[in-house]
Amino acid sequence: MNFDFSDEQKQMRDEARKFLAEKCPPKAVREVLDGKAPYDKELWKGLAEMGFLGITIPEQFGGAGAGHLELCVIAEEMGRANAPVPFSSTVYLAAEALLLAGSEAQKQKWLPKIASGEAIGTLALFEGKGNPSPKTIKLQASGGTLNGVKKPVPDGAIADFAVVAARTGSTVRDSDIALFLVDLKAGGVEAKPLTNIDPTRGQAELTFTNAKAEPLGAAGEGWSILTQVLDRAAVLLAFEQVGGSDRALEMGRDYALDRIAFGRPIGSFQAVKHMLADMYVSATLARSNCYYGAWALSTNAAELPEAAAAARISATQAFQHCSKNNIQVHGGMGFTWEFDCHMYYRRANATALTLGSLSYWEDQLIDRMRKKNAA
Amino acid sequence: MNFDDTPQEAAFRAEARAWISANAPKQYEEELRKSSLGRTVLKGANILEVAKAWQKKKADAGWACLHWPKEYGGRGASPIERVIWQQEEGPFGKLSGMFIIGHGMCGPTMMAYAGEEQKRKYLPPLASGEKIWCQLFSEPAGGSDVAGLRTRAEKKGDDWIINGQKIWTSGAHYSDYGILLTRTDPTVPKHKGLTMFFLDMKSPGVEVRPIKQASGQSDFNEVYFTDVKIPDSQRLGAVNDGWNVSLTTLMNERMSIGAGVATGFPELFEFCNSLMLEDGPAIEDRNVRSRLANYAVKASGLRYTSMRAISALSKGERPGPENSIGKLVAGSMVQEVAMYALDLQGAAGVLSGADDAEVAGKFQAMLLRAPGTRVEGGTDEIMRNIIAERVLGLPGDIRVDKDVPFNQIPTKGRT
Repeated sequence: MNFDFSDEQKQMRDEARKFLAEKCPPKAVREVLDGKAPYDKELWKGLAEMGFLGITIPEQFGGAGAGHLELCVIAEEMGRANAPVPFSSTVYLAAEALLLAGSEAQKQKWLPKIASGEAIGTLALFEGKGNPSPKTIKLQASGGTLNGVKKPVPDGAIADFAVVAARTGSTVRDSDIALFLVDLKAGGVEAKPLTNIDPTRGQAELTFTNAKAEPLGAAGEGWSILTQVLDRAAVLLAFEQVGGSDRALEMGRDYALDRIAFGRPIGSFQAVKHMLADMYVSATLARSNCYYGAWALSTNAAELPEAAAAARISATQAFQHCSKNNIQVHGGMGFTWEFDCHMYYRRANATALTLGSLSYWEDQLIDRMRKKNAA
Repeated sequence: MNFDDTPQEAAFRAEARAWISANAPKQYEEELRKSSLGRTVLKGANILEVAKAWQKKKADAGWACLHWPKEYGGRGASPIERVIWQQEEGPFGKLSGMFIIGHGMCGPTMMAYAGEEQKRKYLPPLASGEKIWCQLFSEPAGGSDVAGLRTRAEKKGDDWIINGQKIWTSGAHYSDYGILLTRTDPTVPKHKGLTMFFLDMKSPGVEVRPIKQASGQSDFNEVYFTDVKIPDSQRLGAVNDGWNVSLTTLMNERMSIGAGVATGFPELFEFCNSLMLEDGPAIEDRNVRSRLANYAVKASGLRYTSMRAISALSKGERPGPENSIGKLVAGSMVQEVAMYALDLQGAAGVLSGADDAEVAGKFQAMLLRAPGTRVEGGTDEIMRNIIAERVLGLPGDIRVDKDVPFNQIPTKGRT
């Protein structure tokens, strides 16, 4: 048994960590947090040069042609660095959807641009409140055009193209939902940035008015493809969450060692030690669930739906837990804008919602476990 | 990343599987498989005898205490082979319960500190289950603070005379031998005046009394020592170096990974799959699903954490204190799972008789046993300290009694 990443993959993680430590220090994250830029363009360019944007994209489309395990280790580092770039929407959602369901021409058009950093992509799924469900999709597709409104769309205001879930029939059946590919710069789509709890990763409202769209994948299979994309993204985002959890835990630990109160480091008080130990426990459970998700993703195993839901839940809980208690360990200073703690707290709570909230994934996990049990 | 055996591991697994299949006491397989969390009971058979017979059979064929050297009754197997054996032994592994302390803690301590002749005399029958050992550390005045123990050992000629009391000794009532931590010098700070021995539990002056636990059962004992004589040749380690000897014992406790900890989740999931609530199947209730999902990811998280540790073993790395999380997470989880399973039964959840209660009262029994799992083998709080100090590198507690002679530490009048 080797339930671990290979030495080469670990080396890749180290390279990514080194690169991000240099190119994406908290100061760079703050540029975006403070609204001085919609995302870190320099970093985006650097990520393309490092080959990180096209890791899973086949070489024929300009990528590195590596596997999902390699992407998982990069994702972890993106989360650890709190990188203010549209990585998750472009790489986990748009690229994965293209790889799963795109035609040769669609792949040819967009994948090389993703790998080179020229195109930002996203998934336009949600229409206001609610979790992923065919019922919530009202945006209409007819005659090759889309009409309707999507929000929130992650990185929607800076995206060049979007995979859009649209209604092609009037029932609540999965088969009435189809996916479309829309060039957001070709007219017919208006993007409005929306204020959100984590400004380092934008959210937008996209209004489609007779926007030209081409089908992505077979008609009637939209929801099934979408479910697969969400499962894959769930594992990848979970690695970001694990990276963030570890960083929040480290920040708390370092502060507890450094900060003196009542004549001793606060890390010598059991109340603080136990809080940090519990953070470690959550982060470890999440990491282990994520490794299983990574295995399932990389082998396209039948266990992927269950593994993805478990990784998603566990990592969401861990990041929320670690980021909130990191602030608690820091005390008053943790609640200042100046300290970095809130950047992780914001990211933790934003990523907790971005692919559907915790309660949605809890529901999914039990469904999937029951299916496996019945099988 | 894969779950495959190396060719060498696969060969070992095939050999183990074939032997188990040909030799295991299959007539108890079903009962053993079903038994979970707490005592294993076999209908119409004395579990002690069944367990001893299985252990002896394993020993005779070279499958006992796999990681021990051959000359002491083991197989000289690698840590990963030991894990593979545990996986293959499956439900029959539950028969090893009464040997765990002897094999996991007493044996390694003897191996590290006993004389060669003693090792050859005592270890093989320990490995084969013919002799059972217990560990006599905890005392009424020394639980989490083991070094606060008070049982005295005083030198008299070539012997030591033992007086005092131990508590929470698992299996003392059926043990043949024990390792015993005593105080030999109360005038020095507490860690510096301890000495370790091993003794025959049938020695005159040893009295074993079962403890009636809060759960109503008796899994543990009090052991009283009145002028018990132990020859100096049965001392393990130097006089007053017992603390270091005990660390060997406790470190080995943490090496026993791979067996998996009980979380109660499989039982709860199965229960919810069949339970009907007023509005329909429990498993379709939103709240139930949410709770189940939360337990599910803890259980799977522990499972895969253990697999990561096994992978480390397979690569020849030593598992670290991070494996403390298993007991910490599972202990309180079992308790919560039990409370939730009762909650789902409404007022009837209070009934615990096998005929009236759901699943023959399994969850009620789990509820009543659970507080103990959070205390035994290191309390939740001790486990958190271990993680905080040894994994995260946080400072140890300020110990006000560290440099004080033991007999000057305040006791609030207790002796």
